[in-house]
Amino acid sequence: MVERYNNTAIALHWLIAMLVFAAFPLGVYMHDLPLSPTKLQLFSYHKWIGVTVFVLAVVRVVWRATHTPPALPDSISRLQQIGSHIVHGLLYVLLFAVPISGWLMSSAKGFKTVWFGVLPLPDLVGKDKALGTLLTGVHLSLNYMLLLLVVLHIAALIKHRFIDHDDVLTRMLPKWNRS
Amino acid sequence: MESLIILFRHTLLLSLLLLCSQVSALEFNRVQPNESTVTFDYKQMGVPLKGKFSKFSVQLSFDPANLTTAQARLEMDVASIDTGSADGDDAVVGKLWFNAKAYPTAGFVSTGLKTLGGNRYEATGKLTIKGKTLDIVAPVIFQADGSRGVFEGGFTIKRLDYAIGEGEWTDLGTVANDIQIKFHIVVNAAPGKK
Repeated sequence: MVERYNNTAIALHWLIAMLVFAAFPLGVYMHDLPLSPTKLQLFSYHKWIGVTVFVLAVVRVVWRATHTPPALPDSISRLQQIGSHIVHGLLYVLLFAVPISGWLMSSAKGFKTVWFGVLPLPDLVGKDKALGTLLTGVHLSLNYMLLLLVVLHIAALIKHRFIDHDDVLTRMLPKWNRS
Repeated sequence: MESLIILFRHTLLLSLLLLCSQVSALEFNRVQPNESTVTFDYKQMGVPLKGKFSKFSVQLSFDPANLTTAQARLEMDVASIDTGSADGDDAVVGKLWFNAKAYPTAGFVSTGLKTLGGNRYEATGKLTIKGKTLDIVAPVIFQADGSRGVFEGGFTIKRLDYAIGEGEWTDLGTVANDIQIKFHIVVNAAPGKK
């Protein structure tokens, strides 16, 4: 019997994963499209997803601060456990840093972020072309880091599942999907 | 004696009237282009954006004491548009938006001005964009400080009325139909004419 994360944590993990897997390719695809209504829509959807990820990340950190996650199995070496904590820690950081950099970049380019077209977020920086270019670079770099970490995250789960045959992945799977 | 008093009264009234009109017969007609702005606000996917016309010319004459002679003519260089979006600036002079090649200027010509009391007026005129002319009405506030006057006003147009945004851009869900145009025109009175 594996000790799992609770339902809230599991739901947050997979919801955020789905949103990140939607926003990332959307960002790659949309950024150099010629101007069209579709482009404007995709940019807005991308931003709305980003703000949603940010909000869910806040909830997740609150959950994490008020709960103890299930311990890793003893079969995992100390070094690997440290590595796992570092990757998870950085993933948390990026769940904030990526949306925030996108939000600031949008403000610097002169576009207020309006969540779902209804709720305007304040512009923390004014319109500034140079700053916009700089923040584009920051947003891009942070996303490459995120991509790298997600690849590591998935590689680790494959290793645990199919090489180590341990229950690390099961901890984050909903009960009905138990194998 | 009585008729003399009446005559005296009339003379007094007349001179008073004359005095009044003398005092306010200040014609504002020297537009200060560097201090004047023509801007517009619009929404895209619910996001408010601000744009402006960087190049425009205004001819204006306004005498607060004689509104019937008031005249204004505004001409905007369409290619000088700043949409508040770098992407937009390139696209917007194109055929689907302003078609700047065929219609290089957009303009406003006043047809009348009436007072709404105090320093508030209502200007009527014809607005031509992309070869299409429609009547508009704009509330205007005029504030004078000595020989320096400022007109402040605005009005809302529906972009599709002027075919601003054709084809796929007729979709109002992305770029809204309402465009709020605002003008701030600084105009000085000719000196020595009081």
